[in-house]
Amino acid sequence: MGNPTALQIVWFTLIAILWSGYFFLEGFDFGVGMLLGVLGKSDMDRRLMINAIGPTWDGNEVWLLVAGGATFAAFPVWYATVFSAFYLALFLILAALIFRGVAFEYRGKGLSEKWRKWWDAAIILGSAIPAILWGVAFGDFVHGIPLNQAGHFTGNFFSLLSPYSIFTGLTTGVVFATHGALFLSLKTTGELRERTQRLARKLAPAAMAFIFAFLAWTYFNANHINDTGVVPGILPVGALMLAVAAVVLVQEGYFGWAFTSIGASIVGITATLFLNLYPRVLVSSTNNAFSLTIPQAASEHYTLVVMTIVAAIFTPLVLLYQGWTYHVFRKRISAPGTGGEETMPATAPTPD
Amino acid sequence: MSALALSRWQFAITIIYHFIFVPITIGMALSLAIIQTAYHRTKNEKYGQIVDFFGKLFAINFAIGVVTGIVQEFQFGMNWSQYSIFVGNIFGAPLAIEGLLAFFLESTFLGIWLFGKGKVSDRVHLFSIWMVSIGTMFSALFILAANSFMQHPVGYKIDPATHRAVMTNFFALLGNPVLIVTFFHTLLAAITTGAAIILAVSAYQLAKRGKTPAFSAAVRFGVTVLFISMFLNAFVGHIQGQVMTKEQPMKMAAAEALYNTQTGASFSLLTIGNLSDQPIFQIRLPHLLSVLADNSWNSTVQGINQLQAQDVAKYGPGSYEPPVWVTYWTFRIMVGVGGVLLLFGALGLWYMRRRRLDETHWYLRAAVWVAALPFIANTTGWIFTEVGRQPWIVYGLLKTSSGVSNLSSLSVGITLVGFTVIYTVLAIVDGMLMFRYARKPLSEPPQSAESAHTADLVY
Repeated sequence: MGNPTALQIVWFTLIAILWSGYFFLEGFDFGVGMLLGVLGKSDMDRRLMINAIGPTWDGNEVWLLVAGGATFAAFPVWYATVFSAFYLALFLILAALIFRGVAFEYRGKGLSEKWRKWWDAAIILGSAIPAILWGVAFGDFVHGIPLNQAGHFTGNFFSLLSPYSIFTGLTTGVVFATHGALFLSLKTTGELRERTQRLARKLAPAAMAFIFAFLAWTYFNANHINDTGVVPGILPVGALMLAVAAVVLVQEGYFGWAFTSIGASIVGITATLFLNLYPRVLVSSTNNAFSLTIPQAASEHYTLVVMTIVAAIFTPLVLLYQGWTYHVFRKRISAPGTGGEETMPATAPTPD
Repeated sequence: MSALALSRWQFAITIIYHFIFVPITIGMALSLAIIQTAYHRTKNEKYGQIVDFFGKLFAINFAIGVVTGIVQEFQFGMNWSQYSIFVGNIFGAPLAIEGLLAFFLESTFLGIWLFGKGKVSDRVHLFSIWMVSIGTMFSALFILAANSFMQHPVGYKIDPATHRAVMTNFFALLGNPVLIVTFFHTLLAAITTGAAIILAVSAYQLAKRGKTPAFSAAVRFGVTVLFISMFLNAFVGHIQGQVMTKEQPMKMAAAEALYNTQTGASFSLLTIGNLSDQPIFQIRLPHLLSVLADNSWNSTVQGINQLQAQDVAKYGPGSYEPPVWVTYWTFRIMVGVGGVLLLFGALGLWYMRRRRLDETHWYLRAAVWVAALPFIANTTGWIFTEVGRQPWIVYGLLKTSSGVSNLSSLSVGITLVGFTVIYTVLAIVDGMLMFRYARKPLSEPPQSAESAHTADLVY
């Protein structure tokens, strides 16, 4: 099939950017969701946490839908092979995202304490499961899944659970939790903020340790298991440095910068994984020669041209208005009557 | 059951379920945008109250539409990977564009609309509900562009090396005649659905609590929008029928259970007994089918048997006949229900003209039940469209049986049960919340400027 064309490389890069954006953005709202049980001591705490991501989580999740759609459009064979091979794993992710999505909306509209407990559980599990399983899936892309010469998946659900991919999942779980804690440090006030910041201080070193081990393992894989991968040192080293910086910054109390650092580290990790894949899109653990490559998976030139034009026009627009919403909701939120930066008697959706 | 049969059930269940909520979202977003515009212009408090009240119902419904939409986008690759590989060059593009243009727009601006009251100006707040509405319509346009390709492939060629369909003309995809009629038909149906919900809830409130300016206005609005959208849709539906007779004659022959080609064909209004040979009882309207098919009294309408022979000559041996009883009855139910809705809307307009709408109790009570009708029409309409295309997944190019993923029956069985359980639980919860909020009294107008700006803790 030859080497990837320039346009194919553009779309491989765009999909890497979409996943990086997704992990950066939904990373912290997964984190907030996961920490609901840890940090949300009272119902008001939990409401504040949910409202911190309330206006924006749905827009964050659209990054996933667009990443999925873009993969379908630009690399149909990749989309089809991955989605059918990861069938049951994706079902778990979908089930989690379904319950989580409605939980935000339905939690406060119920009658009883029990009702809210159930939806809190849905938010916690619905955030933790995809946070971990997306990591597992990306670990599998790089580490390889059993693909035969025809590019058909020959394994089952359990062949998706290699030690490396499980570790990748744990890494994304811990890193997203840290990212979420740092985000909340910026969005809350008072006692909740203090507790959140204490937790962020504890989580950041753990995230750094996981990132270090994960990157070392990835480097080992790239060099000894499927050695066609390209891992330019600058990206993983940069990702690690940013994680170290996040630890230092959070101890010094620069939560905004720490949030940015860990976010940039997430982007660096995602970029490392994609570069490690290149020029493949899915590695075969059966035989590296059976791996699915960019040219094999890609759409024809005309489709890519159309998609490039559409993306060039609308992506800047989307970034602009999505960025603007973060500006609109930039203030910290606090409980009614506690005199936060914004004093507002909240109209609680009281059950009557 | 085979993985193919299970995958078909799963797709059918998911899409029918998804499309319960989607028309409400599309229809109500537009209605809310219009009413909020009225509020912005007139500053009449009743319009503000309607928007606040229905905004809660809208948000409850929106959430479930979004999450089931994710399944929708993923299941092409999960269950229909052979199909996805075959059409990915074409089908993926509208899906990706839908995400980029529509999903970002509606989700981002819904966040602004729900949480931004008091944080953004009234004008921006109004702008955001319009963006949500436009987002929902873009979404409909692009997903229907993808579906219309399956109904009537255009702007493609088959790559001789890979035997896959590849795109040759993006604008042909967007100019697909099937897309144009289907888009307007679906959009109007969604507007009818949204209006029927607004009408039903307001009618319930009026019947229960007596007249209030807000709900009286909402009932008038609901009746008007219901009638106009239904009236227009009767014509669009007629045109769509003619387009489909041309592009998919087999589907329309099956819709009529017309087994043999007829000139000056009669329209079968209803049949008891066997559709194929000797029905026990049926009502037929002479010449009407010919008139519907191409506006002429004596035109020839092709029958299933003749079309089957043509298809065998064209595509090789096999059956090209869709399940006739499903297409025949779903088509009749859709059209019949549409007719009832149109009459109900007309009656409402008549009461409105006599200024008796908000005190005609039988009408208000009936309106609550009439809200079920658009859902029946939407569902049967789509079952008709999709089942009538069988055995094809892409009409004339790929059969449904060739599109399925290589999955075990066990895997698909697990997810089929899983999704069905999830959908059932959510339907119960969603229904409960919708009814709960639909029955609540109107919230009082804000007492002070301060409490009007309290939307921080929405959840």
